[in-house]
Amino acid sequence: MITTDICIIGAGPVGLFAVFEAGLLKMRCHLIDALPQVGGQLSEIYPQKPIYDIPGYPEVKAQELVDNLMEQIEPFHPTFTLGERVETLERQADESFLLTTNEGTAVHCQVVVIAGGLGCFEPRKPEIQNLEQFEGKGVAYMVKNPEQLRDRRVVLAGGGDSALDWTVFLATIAKEVTLVHRSDSFRGAPDSAEKVFDLAKEGRINLVLQSTITSLQGNGHLQEVSITAKDKTVTTLAADNLIPLFGLTPKLGPIADWNLSIDKSAINVDTTDYSTNVDRIYAIGDINTYPGKLKLILSGFHEAALMCQSAFKYVYPNQKLSFKYTTVNGIPTF
Amino acid sequence: MIQFTIEDRDGEPQMLEIPEGINLSLMEVLKASEYNILATCGGMALCATCHVQVLNGFDNLPPARDAELDMLDTLPDADADSRLACQIRVDETIEGGIFRIRGEEQ
Ligand SMILES: Cc1cc2nc3c(=O)[nH]c(=O)nc-3n(C[C@H](O)[C@H](O)[C@H](O)COP(=O)(O)OP(=O)(O)OC[C@H]3O[C@@H](n4cnc5c(N)ncnc54)[C@H](O)[C@@H]3O)c2cc1C
Ligand code: FES
Repeated sequence: MITTDICIIGAGPVGLFAVFEAGLLKMRCHLIDALPQVGGQLSEIYPQKPIYDIPGYPEVKAQELVDNLMEQIEPFHPTFTLGERVETLERQADESFLLTTNEGTAVHCQVVVIAGGLGCFEPRKPEIQNLEQFEGKGVAYMVKNPEQLRDRRVVLAGGGDSALDWTVFLATIAKEVTLVHRSDSFRGAPDSAEKVFDLAKEGRINLVLQSTITSLQGNGHLQEVSITAKDKTVTTLAADNLIPLFGLTPKLGPIADWNLSIDKSAINVDTTDYSTNVDRIYAIGDINTYPGKLKLILSGFHEAALMCQSAFKYVYPNQKLSFKYTTVNGIPTF
Repeated sequence: MIQFTIEDRDGEPQMLEIPEGINLSLMEVLKASEYNILATCGGMALCATCHVQVLNGFDNLPPARDAELDMLDTLPDADADSRLACQIRVDETIEGGIFRIRGEEQ
């Protein structure tokens, strides 16, 4: 089990900066994010776009801001659980919390900070009969460990960059690769599209265009996919694995079930310290709402600072907090 | 005035009338008219959550650019008549159009 002072749900810019503000007050942080990388919306949606409204940066690329935040919090040695979604939150007898993720990782902490942004980024699921029944039994929405697909019959679905890239990669290790795509052309990087067409010509992959996967069959594990072409003809194909790759979309997810006061997918907070209606739980950044809320990185940073001043009393109940500038004391490390 | 019809997810049609010359995208008009769509990226053709199906008037619209087509390819339920509402300007090209909202709800 991981033990920490503050557990931050969401490693977007606001969750990351909260580590810095907590660190100044000698509070340790563990961050959990459903995405495999830190940075939240910045890294997932617009890594290469410039941002113009971060004080002191006339212009900064989203990914560069995330990289800088990581450098800034380095002295406080935060720990991370990435690629896992926080599912449950349990209050302990001494008022502290135990959080658990969908993969069973447990974190014990004094304070929970929800910096969940728009919610968890989850894979977009196509409408395929029996799809959910085979999740984890042949169906996966990302390739975590390509080795697991060695010598298997793999079907991919989608027409974007990740579908093309994985098709090219898996052609080298899988026994059989089939890419099913709705249209007859690809919009992804022209380079990857060309490679995919070449591999198909050489007979190293099957390319099934103008078609969609409509149902799955199997006995406990995926065995067959049914593919319906534009002209409505249906063919079935033996397959061990299906990987639908249609990008990610944010969903509020499990946070909705934690008895928090919620207004249109956002958590109501008290603006004096960004606390929620549940003791020891705070909400900062895009996930919270209050009169006048602006969904900006800047506002999230401010909220993180005030939140930490308030959370201190739960982590150090016997100490009095006195405010100091970083210019006076520098950055304490631990 | 520019007139067009919006069909919500439940199929309920509503005629909208928008003054000419306003510099808004269809996504912005939908949000302003309280339709429930995410539009996470605010109109940058980066999130594909403002998906609409053009039931009438598809050919009158200026063709989609590469960024829009790329994003449409990430949608499992996109079809030949799909567009991103944030990439459609509200001007005379949408007069008489019928758009069905397909994008994800908030
Ligand atoms: C295209 C675009 C352009 C933008 N431009 C600007 C700009 O110029 N200036 C500006 O200030 N803002 C801009 N924004 C807004 C800015 O990105 C957000 O305000 C900011 O990302 C909010 O940060 P956050 O840390 O609160 O949330 P997010 O960045 O959304 O991060 C939240 C993280 O929490 C994770 N999470 C949620 N629930 C769970 C759970 N249960 N378990 C595990 N992990 C979970 C998510 O996976 C996500 O990574 C822009 C947004 C977009 C989409
Ligand atoms: S609002 Fe994001 S793609 Fe249209």
